[in-house]
Amino acid sequence: MDIGLGHYLSVAAILFAIGMAGIFLNRKNVIVILMSIELMLLAVNINFVAFSQFLGDLVGQVFAFMVLTVAAAEAAVGLAILVAFFRNRGDIAVDDASLMKN
Amino acid sequence: MIAAAAFWIFAVLAVFSGFMVIAAKNPVHSVLFLISAFISAAGLFVLMGAEYLAMVLVVVYVGAVAVLFLFVVMMLDVDFVEMKQGFLQYMPYGLMIAGLIVVELMMVVGVWAFPADAELARAHPSPTAAQTVADPNGPTNIEALGLILYTDYVHYFQIAGMVLLVAMIGAIILTFRTREGIKKQDAAKQIGRKREEGYELVDIKPGQGLS
Repeated sequence: MDIGLGHYLSVAAILFAIGMAGIFLNRKNVIVILMSIELMLLAVNINFVAFSQFLGDLVGQVFAFMVLTVAAAEAAVGLAILVAFFRNRGDIAVDDASLMKN
Repeated sequence: MIAAAAFWIFAVLAVFSGFMVIAAKNPVHSVLFLISAFISAAGLFVLMGAEYLAMVLVVVYVGAVAVLFLFVVMMLDVDFVEMKQGFLQYMPYGLMIAGLIVVELMMVVGVWAFPADAELARAHPSPTAAQTVADPNGPTNIEALGLILYTDYVHYFQIAGMVLLVAMIGAIILTFRTREGIKKQDAAKQIGRKREEGYELVDIKPGQGLS
């Protein structure tokens, strides 16, 4: 059986759905939510690279670089916010983080 | 044949690792499964012929992002068991939405076909793995990518650099703190010291001592 574009897109779709489910299931744990976002971005990258290779256009891979860069920046800033939050409050329970509301 | 077998191994490993990222009880295990998922995805990239991006994925994600996650998970002293609460409560919704997304995307993938003019619309033709193997002297994936990344897409490249710079400054400022009660050397203060501040002349009367 020949491995085609559809196979790669299916893997990416499943990974994306797993990342999405992770956000729902681990609502209290910000670290796992951030990891789920990384998973979703990885799925998007697989899509970009798959289309880029199977359609024979390199621009998709250039854009995959962009996604990679933004994912790295997002992880760095997200974890920095998490560390600052933990220092101020002593835990990382996002449920009762309502400082900006009142 | 080998390529197909490799695809299935990497694909199953990626999906399994992705599932374990959200299902593992211990966040440290989640991070390790995340690393496994990234490496499997890098394998898929190599199979597709995007070697450079695969290596960047290993270096950037596994070497930097995943290790950053690992540091933060180990640094924060949090009760992770308590955070698992609500996992079962949200299970039906999570599974329902994930299933919906998978079904939707599969339907899209199922009916999608190459447009007739896709070949003509290409901005930069990319060498396929078969081409690279057939002609070892021709442009490889990394060569072709470098040729357009630093010319036609140099602005994207610069913007990526700016994004990383801003993220770096932001992360440093967010986590930077000046701690109280630390003894530090202050060179300007040392140099600016006057002689009068350094000593005191005391007239001592004989037999009395210094009280």
